[in-house]
Amino acid sequence: MENTIVKAENYNAYFGDNHVVKDVNISINKNEVIAVMGPSGCGKTTFLRGINRMHELIPNATAKGKILLEGENVYDMNAIYVRAKIGMVFQRPNPFPNLSIYENVVAGYLLNGIKVSKADKDVIVERSLTSAALWKEVKDSLHKKGTFLSGGQQQRLCIARAIAMQPELILFDEPTSALDPISTSSVEALFHELKENYTLIIVTHNMQQAARVSDRTAFFYMGELVEFDDTKQMFTNPADQRTQNYITGRFS
Amino acid sequence: MSIILVLIILGVLTTLIIESMPSIKALGIGYLWGKVWDPVQNIYGAYPFLIGTLLTSFIALIISIPFSYAIAIYLGEYNPKGWLSDLLKNTVELIAAVPSIIYGFWGLFVLVPLVREFEGKIHVLPYGIGIFTASIILAVMIIPYGASLGITLIRMVPSPLKEGAYALGATRFEVIRNVIMPYTRSGLFAGILLSLGRALGETMAVTMLIGNTSAVPTSIFAPGNTMASVIANEFTEADHTEYLSALIELGLVLFLVTVVINLIGRRIITRFTNN
Repeated sequence: MENTIVKAENYNAYFGDNHVVKDVNISINKNEVIAVMGPSGCGKTTFLRGINRMHELIPNATAKGKILLEGENVYDMNAIYVRAKIGMVFQRPNPFPNLSIYENVVAGYLLNGIKVSKADKDVIVERSLTSAALWKEVKDSLHKKGTFLSGGQQQRLCIARAIAMQPELILFDEPTSALDPISTSSVEALFHELKENYTLIIVTHNMQQAARVSDRTAFFYMGELVEFDDTKQMFTNPADQRTQNYITGRFS
Repeated sequence: MSIILVLIILGVLTTLIIESMPSIKALGIGYLWGKVWDPVQNIYGAYPFLIGTLLTSFIALIISIPFSYAIAIYLGEYNPKGWLSDLLKNTVELIAAVPSIIYGFWGLFVLVPLVREFEGKIHVLPYGIGIFTASIILAVMIIPYGASLGITLIRMVPSPLKEGAYALGATRFEVIRNVIMPYTRSGLFAGILLSLGRALGETMAVTMLIGNTSAVPTSIFAPGNTMASVIANEFTEADHTEYLSALIELGLVLFLVTVVINLIGRRIITRFTNN
């Protein structure tokens, strides 16, 4: 139990009358890499955005049930605080175009008005970029705009930006779907290293990716959490017929 | 068709230049900073009108910017959809469609007494009409230019950028200040330039409210004249060539200034929307 970082209890999410996540119960352990997969429109991204309360930013979006972050319900906490505490990386790399690489890494501090000394910032920037496997490539151009980097580098910059806030949990929303294969493998390789210090929840519609990077996999279908099991187990011997159908490509 | 428009613009420019030749020849460049405008003595100096134009336009800009920005942020980010938003947006755009003379009337009957009372309270000569009153009406007239461009640009800010900031724990205000404002800065500046171009040339309402004296204004509450208002007032009275030509030269100066300001504004908008 102490090892649990995120626990959803009867979590439901809606867009207006549209019920997109149905009664999800799941328990995620620390330092695990969790893949969340399922066909388009199955609610996997909505579930992910429910964890750090990004879901409710969309007009008419509502949620019911609990999501416990280290035992505390995020819906009882200040949304701003929840989002600052949980890192998030999006589908398309979104570094801030008006900020340099350096400023992008510490953007979380700048945005929240947290005062950090120059020396501390230098430490945060180097440490975060190193963890995101980007330091060697950009250490001589820290003050160039982040948008000059390649797509894969930009995505790793966004990961560094999330890491800089020292989260324990990082959410990834199809983080490689806008990247070329080489950039994709550089980001995937990074997941293995990040696992040492963080818990990762990765939404992906790419089954091979789920199989390659994750310890456990959650399969969503039509808003329900159908199956949640060891990745190897799920891909070799799924318990549910729908999972079987999905991984054998009978629907996508 | 557009060729014809180009020809018309060039034709206007040529006519202005030809017609102002007598005045340009007689007065030279000193025309621009001559402080006295006295058609009876045949002395023509454009300085009072340049100052009048710049003062009214800039005061109007300063008054209008907070309103334009507030409207743009509210309708661009806080409330971009729904009937209320549409109603407000259309109303703002309607402000630009009201004929200038209506603003002039409204200014005379409503604004002038208010300003007169205000001037009495702060112990300046209570003219009522003057640079300040004209600036207020101008500000109202140019708000839609800055606001409606601002709404469009703020709605164009890519949502992944805003989400990126929200996901780092930014509040809405912080997202506006640190993501939306920097992203739209140059476009909003172009909106200001377009409003300025409009303010410089606005004639009818200003003529009705500015007080029409050809002296260099001594304070923002004093009556004055702008380039456009002096042309409107005196054109029909201009009874000799040099007088007429001096007025047309004012028109030429105004034309060139507004064209340049508009070109710069449009340049920035094009560059902005191409990115």
